[in-house]
Amino acid sequence: MADAIISVRHLVKTYKMGDVEVHALRGINIEIVRGEFLAIMGASGSGKSTFMNIIGCLDTPSSGEYFLDDVQVSRLNRDELARLRNRKLGFVFQAFNLLPRTTALENVELPLLYSDSHSTAQRRAKAMEALAAVGLADRAGHYSNQLSGGQQQRVAIARSLVNDPVVILADEPTGNLDTRTSVEVIEIFQRLNEKGITVVLVTHEPDIAGFSERNIVFRDGKVSKVIEVENRKLASEELPKLPLIVDEIES
Amino acid sequence: MNILNVLRVSYRSLGRNKLRSFLTMLGIIIGVAAVIAMLAIGQGASDAVQQQIAGLGTNVVIVFPFASRQGVVRFQAGSTSRLTESDADAIRAQCPAVEYVTPVVRVVAQIIAGAQNWQTQVMGVYPDFEEIRNWPVQAGGYFTDTDERTAAKVCLLGQTVADNLFGSGSVPLGATVQIRNLPFKVVGVLASKGQSAMGQDNDDIVIAPFSTVQQKLAGTIYANLLFASAISSRAVSTAVDEISQFLRIKHNLRPWQSDDFTVRTQTEIASTADATTKTMTMLLASVAAISLIVGGIGIMNIMLVSVTERTREIGIRMAVGARGADVLTQFLVEAMSLSLAGGIIGVVLGVLTSKFVSNLQKWPIVISPQSIALAFAFAAVIGIFFGWYPARKAANLNPIEALRYE
Repeated sequence: MADAIISVRHLVKTYKMGDVEVHALRGINIEIVRGEFLAIMGASGSGKSTFMNIIGCLDTPSSGEYFLDDVQVSRLNRDELARLRNRKLGFVFQAFNLLPRTTALENVELPLLYSDSHSTAQRRAKAMEALAAVGLADRAGHYSNQLSGGQQQRVAIARSLVNDPVVILADEPTGNLDTRTSVEVIEIFQRLNEKGITVVLVTHEPDIAGFSERNIVFRDGKVSKVIEVENRKLASEELPKLPLIVDEIES
Repeated sequence: MNILNVLRVSYRSLGRNKLRSFLTMLGIIIGVAAVIAMLAIGQGASDAVQQQIAGLGTNVVIVFPFASRQGVVRFQAGSTSRLTESDADAIRAQCPAVEYVTPVVRVVAQIIAGAQNWQTQVMGVYPDFEEIRNWPVQAGGYFTDTDERTAAKVCLLGQTVADNLFGSGSVPLGATVQIRNLPFKVVGVLASKGQSAMGQDNDDIVIAPFSTVQQKLAGTIYANLLFASAISSRAVSTAVDEISQFLRIKHNLRPWQSDDFTVRTQTEIASTADATTKTMTMLLASVAAISLIVGGIGIMNIMLVSVTERTREIGIRMAVGARGADVLTQFLVEAMSLSLAGGIIGVVLGVLTSKFVSNLQKWPIVISPQSIALAFAFAAVIGIFFGWYPARKAANLNPIEALRYE
């Protein structure tokens, strides 16, 4: 496929735990199309996290090939991988992973500090722009611990998109959030996706997977199912149906 | 990452833990302050000693009687003096590089003036003593050559002696003092020289004509030592050679016999004293340097704890694109900033401590720029040395494990 942003072939990852070999991935073939909204599902231990680490350039495969935006990643060294993460990828984690005792703005600026191509003013402007995109422009000066879980995750999303990545990788981004906040976060992902950013989401909640275009299910280190989502849900439409938690308490 | 960003990131991290950053610096602060204070105090002592020795007079050459030798048995230095007044006179006549010479004879005697008495050293010398030792009077004057020839009973009092016999600050010109029950007329009071480096009171002395002390107080035909002065500072070594050669001839020493005298110069005495104080200074400074190293280990300790505590932060930084080198520089800059800031505060504290000690103990101090530079450079090196290992450890973290770290 010419327009694959991520393409993996025969991807194998084997860990050695003492004498025992753990086969985390046993030959994965996936192509992710530019602009796609993909959800990866699977039980824990199915290899989805290992897969995310490899396509996130945090880990290298034992064998197989991985092309990210037509770059052969499997043979890059540590520094080249870091550069790739900085330029092409955005990460969103389940645990938010913001720097403590640091303002939202500084957290969002972080990837730009390592790219060396922005002045202080440009950095500030880009970070503010990203914060505005997730609706938190007014919280720029707040410290991460002064924000709610949903707000922290939105700051994390702002951080993931500040470098204009081609792919945003989100590992269980709604795992620590309540239903309504989860949908709010998904709504942001869908909005970004509409602007052309590829989104790859790991989740074990079928509800959340229903917001994507395609689901890939992992099992025992292999792709067991690929599902094209019918009746894809739109978060912007779901949101009004969900009650605010305040309303629930009142009723 | 450019250096400006590295600095920004590092200072923010340090600022997040102000108390801990300060406590880490404390080790370096104390170490640097101690090194500077110790060097300042040691250098001050050394300079004071040098000044005292310079106070001996310029171009001074001193001839000591040396251990006499009977076969292979060598006697204690000064046990038998074979230096005489005639040696002094002959040296003056025969050695062109020598300007002044005086024999010196010393006795300890009880001095009485009215109801007061005081025990002190009475030194018999020629009037040239004034020139050789560069020791003027504050009142009256030295005795004359005539006094010397006639063994006149005249004397000059040191300030301490005058104070003790006649009351503080008195100038008892023309008064009579009893030295070993002989009446001496006071013709002058010596200018005050203060304490010597060894804590001796230079002013606790009485000076009288050589012939008078030798004949009437000491009762000896020998001199305890000779003071001479060279015609210029450059001629000092020539003077030493001339005196040595001349005395060997005059004392009829055979070529296989060793000298029965020792010629020493002010410079030699100065360098000996200097070596002593330098040793002391080095001793103090090395104790201080040890505390500096302990401070460095403190930095390493805290940085290691910091790396463990901030594992997740390091993971986040790596995930968003920090290379190992970026993390390494950040932690190295943090360690160096701590030690350099500690160094600066330590320098200030060291200077203040030195000044305080100097005021309290009336101890002269000399704060040399070299000692400041040394302590500061040492602090910087310690920052790099002890910061390297924790920084390396941080840089080598696996981003996946770091991100999962709880």
